[in-house]
Amino acid sequence: MNSQKCPDCSADIKIPEDSIDGEIVICPDCGLELQVKKDQSGKAELVQVAKEREDWGE
Amino acid sequence: MLYDQLRPEERLLIDAARKKSIKLQLYDAGQTYLNALEVDCREPFEAVVLQRSVSFFRSVHLTALLESRGVNVINSSRIASMCGNKLLATLELAKAKIPTPRTAIAFSVESAIKALLEVGYPAVLKPVIGSWGRLVAPLKDPESARAILEDRENMFPLYQVYYVQEMIQRPSRDIRCFVIGDSAVAAIYRYAPADEWRTNTARGGRVESCKITQEMEDLALKTANVFGEGIYGVDMMESDKGLTIHEVNYTTEFRNSVPATGIDIPGLILDFAVRKVRK
Repeated sequence: MNSQKCPDCSADIKIPEDSIDGEIVICPDCGLELQVKKDQSGKAELVQVAKEREDWGE
Repeated sequence: MLYDQLRPEERLLIDAARKKSIKLQLYDAGQTYLNALEVDCREPFEAVVLQRSVSFFRSVHLTALLESRGVNVINSSRIASMCGNKLLATLELAKAKIPTPRTAIAFSVESAIKALLEVGYPAVLKPVIGSWGRLVAPLKDPESARAILEDRENMFPLYQVYYVQEMIQRPSRDIRCFVIGDSAVAAIYRYAPADEWRTNTARGGRVESCKITQEMEDLALKTANVFGEGIYGVDMMESDKGLTIHEVNYTTEFRNSVPATGIDIPGLILDFAVRKVRK
């Protein structure tokens, strides 16, 4: 399983094998939400999530 | 399933679909465009679509488009429009005589101050559209109320629809009861985090399992029935007069509720959607 350091707390965040482009992955240590970004070859990296918008919610 | 972001909730739904061997097609709302006049063309959508957009405006508009093409969307655009607007939801609750906090609406600072005299202090100011406790402000007295209201005068006009509500004297928690179809399937207590009065889990609120009492079940089902068959997170508070409903969520989040309650909420949501496909 691919993993990446959390940009906030440096914990290892595992990127699930079956992750989908755009999926939110949460740092197990600090709770920071990051987004899976896949390139054309399918390689995944974690990037910052888009800023919360005013009409977002449940 | 329509989505804006694949949050843990959507991941749980995808995993549940896999376990149940249900074909779950994913549609990214941000990548979708539709001809509004092609009302007789369902393609490429399935007969039933689970609407999981995190954006209220996207959700309502896209759902209406899909419904015009004969797609059965869970939840419907009517449900999303009503529950996504606190005033419209309050009006429906009031008509059905469901207990809800004293609420007034005003459209200027001066009239809001007058309305607050009737609602009483402390009160709460809420945007009519908004979630996760965003811009929900306690109004403790006329001075602080005026300061907060005057601030809102400089914001987008939506925030000048002043929805003011009595602040219910409650424990430092509220209750969310999950309703799927005609069943109240799970409930949680949401505890406000330290140095915070709002209980939203998006603000760090802590979750604990809550036993569904008869009163809770009756009230949650009656509330869901007001808006129509669907999937809801019915929020209620424990007041000295009994339970009172303060919000009805139409795209409820459940990432923390599944481990807390042990209830397979995503699985039950999919079972409900599959029943709709078969109807």
